[in-house]
Amino acid sequence: MLQVRDLHVAYGHVAALKGISLDVQPGEIVALIGSNGAGKTMALTAISGLLRPRRGRIVFEGAEISRLAPHEIVRRGLVHCPEGRQIFARLTVAENLRLAAGHRRDRNGVARDLERVLDLFPILNERQRQIAGLLSGGEQQMLALGRSIMSAPRLLLLDEPSLGLAPLVVERIFPVIAELRSEGMTILLVEQNAWQALRLADRAYVIETGAITLSGPASALLEDPRVKAAYLGA
Amino acid sequence: MRPVYGWLALGLGAALVVLAEYRLNDYYQRVLAVVAINVILAVSLSLTNGFSGDVSLGHAAFMAIGAYASALLTMPASMKLLALPDLPAWLARLELPFALALLVGGALAALAAFVVGIPVLRLRGHYLSVATLGLMVIVQVVALNWQTVTRGARGLNGLPALTSLLWAYGWMLVSVIIIWRLVRSPFGRAMLAVREDELAAACRGVRVFPTRMLAFVVGAFFAGTAGALWAHLITAIAPASFSFFITFNVVAMVVIGGAGSITGAVLGGVLMTLLPEWLRGVETSLAVGGRPLYGLSQIVIALLMLLVMIFRPQGLLGGRELSDLLRRREPLPAAESEGA
Amino acid sequence: MTYLLQQTVNALNLGSIYALVAIGLTIVYGILRLINFAHGDMMTLGAYVALAALSALVLPVWSALLFAMIVAGAIGVIIERLAYRPLRGSREVAMLITSLAISSLIQNSATMALTAQPRPLRLPAELTRRVEWAGLTIAPIDGVILLLSIALMALLSLFVKYTTIGIAMRACSERVQTAHLMGVNVNRVIAVAFGVSAALAGVAGVLWSGKFGLVDPFTGFVPGLKAFVAAVIGGVGSIPGAMVGGYLLGFAEVFFVAFAPPALSGYRDAFVFVLLLAILLVRPAGLFGLEEGRRA
Repeated sequence: MLQVRDLHVAYGHVAALKGISLDVQPGEIVALIGSNGAGKTMALTAISGLLRPRRGRIVFEGAEISRLAPHEIVRRGLVHCPEGRQIFARLTVAENLRLAAGHRRDRNGVARDLERVLDLFPILNERQRQIAGLLSGGEQQMLALGRSIMSAPRLLLLDEPSLGLAPLVVERIFPVIAELRSEGMTILLVEQNAWQALRLADRAYVIETGAITLSGPASALLEDPRVKAAYLGA
Repeated sequence: MRPVYGWLALGLGAALVVLAEYRLNDYYQRVLAVVAINVILAVSLSLTNGFSGDVSLGHAAFMAIGAYASALLTMPASMKLLALPDLPAWLARLELPFALALLVGGALAALAAFVVGIPVLRLRGHYLSVATLGLMVIVQVVALNWQTVTRGARGLNGLPALTSLLWAYGWMLVSVIIIWRLVRSPFGRAMLAVREDELAAACRGVRVFPTRMLAFVVGAFFAGTAGALWAHLITAIAPASFSFFITFNVVAMVVIGGAGSITGAVLGGVLMTLLPEWLRGVETSLAVGGRPLYGLSQIVIALLMLLVMIFRPQGLLGGRELSDLLRRREPLPAAESEGA
Repeated sequence: MTYLLQQTVNALNLGSIYALVAIGLTIVYGILRLINFAHGDMMTLGAYVALAALSALVLPVWSALLFAMIVAGAIGVIIERLAYRPLRGSREVAMLITSLAISSLIQNSATMALTAQPRPLRLPAELTRRVEWAGLTIAPIDGVILLLSIALMALLSLFVKYTTIGIAMRACSERVQTAHLMGVNVNRVIAVAFGVSAALAGVAGVLWSGKFGLVDPFTGFVPGLKAFVAAVIGGVGSIPGAMVGGYLLGFAEVFFVAFAPPALSGYRDAFVFVLLLAILLVRPAGLFGLEEGRRA
């Protein structure tokens, strides 16, 4: 579904990604784990078109997308839910959700997805008319996730959905991700919480200082001594 | 450059200026003097617009302040009695030598900059641009309405023609050297740090507000002195002389010459005096139906600026100085070399 | 009392125009962090277009207004495409300087083509004829200015509140990067922002020149600058702020002239910018302050 080949990205004059290759198959959850500053977020940002790669190919459903504008990539069904929620604080909850579906022409589909989001996160239903900035951190993460769903992703790039959230809230977010997958959505997940991510994912890549150092089935990586030592704190 | 060459260049320059003073006709003398004044303006503006990263649009205002102040100080008392009968007695009687009048003009311009700077320089850079344009309007309005001192729209005429080529180029040399030294001092490095990343500069111990303020005030001081030189070159000033045009042209000099380079500002000052001067000739010779194409030279400058911003935002010199060019040294980080 | 009422009428008029212009400044600033110094020149453009429409094409007033609005809006979009879009991603200063160049370009093109001579912009006499009414001297144009401005502002508010592109505009002014990720075509949003803001300035220019009866190449420059003061009063970036700021500035300016000693009335423009400095000193974020304003 997604093939990334030899992706190089520079930030200023610093090479941040030094030739990354990865694949995502339809229906999978693939995790990208690594420490702070390893280049996980950078990889997602390049795939979603916000950063122009210096070199390399990004192919989504058979088409090269590395030269497309971010909004065109979203239109193709590749949606990036960014780190740190980044909801529009001065817009209402409903406006946040509506905005993300702004490019869609299938009115029925939009209505269906809205219903589904409000089903998944009933709290958003109660707060539809409220300014999103007034939501709690967990509610904002739900809104961010819901917003991405409104963009009708076939492949969702999910960046640190558990970042800065209370454990109780995390326990509610991860099942939703699993549910989305069971309904056929493909997910590329970036997480610092490697244990959570590997339990959820089918396969995973480990990224260190801009390069992929390990990859394989998530269950195998959970048992890998190097991963254990570096990311699982065992 | 070794000092010997410096002294040689200085001597040669002085000889040329003296020669020009005696051999050239009035028109060329005037153009040459305007070149020197514009170089002072461009170099002084480059302190803010090139080095500390703020965009000041106050040069017309600072020039006006320097021009009016110095004019009032050099006008013979007998003339003031006739033209400005209601002047306060101390000012009516006061006659200062040109050098002193020049400095007072600059100091008052610096004071105005300080007053504007207090509220504005703590804010994002944009606000300085608007506030300095506002200052221009304020100064124009005051010059227009303060009849007893400025004679309003009629302006002050018949000022003593004190700006010789020697004065113009002498003071230009002084300004360029002082500003050059300033930019190469620790303070200059602080300015660049502020321009590149204010937060990072503050973290490294650079005092952001005083740094921006000093650049702004010193720039205004020299703009004021340039106004004084200009007043005593043209010998007539009026509120309308100090309009947005002036400011815009000085900004164009800095932008085109290359922000963040004294050499660039000098080059911009020279080019942007000679080019419009030449274009003014074209304006009249291209007259359509007997009507000269007024505005053409300004249009060319504006287009030039648009092209520079798109294709060479670092300007002609891109932050390099003459010494860098001679030694092929790496330039200081150019103003526009990196995206924000 | 009548005097006070008369001044109120004047203030509402002036304030309406400031508000229309300030909205445009604030919309563009909100998204691009650009103080568009060429914004006032869109007023000039609008006034010239209306002049052409009225005198050369002999259109009725309302269609001349509409014409000016459309042409100014279109030119705003074109300028954005040619001059600002290539600068996307470079320093904010680059766009600011570009806007200065565009301002100079418009002013001098008008000078070259039409001379700097002010030209009369004559609206039909039934609009400008002054009548005594309840002790007030007013002309129908005063009512037109007020009502038209309010109608346009209401329309704009609805547009920004309820249309997808309006929501996208507000989203972009909060965080452009994220708007990209939500599938918003940011280039289109910016083009619309420039179009809307130039169109409003165009209308404001027709009203301004229509009221004073003259247009020259520099007509819009000072009101455009003053509109920025209005935007600062309301808090740059806030659309309701720009509206309120416009009227507050209109009242401040008119009442300064009305109640200050006559010797000072020539200082009205200076007063506005002294006011700007005072506001920046005391409350730089404005009344509706959502802007980060203060730095470091």
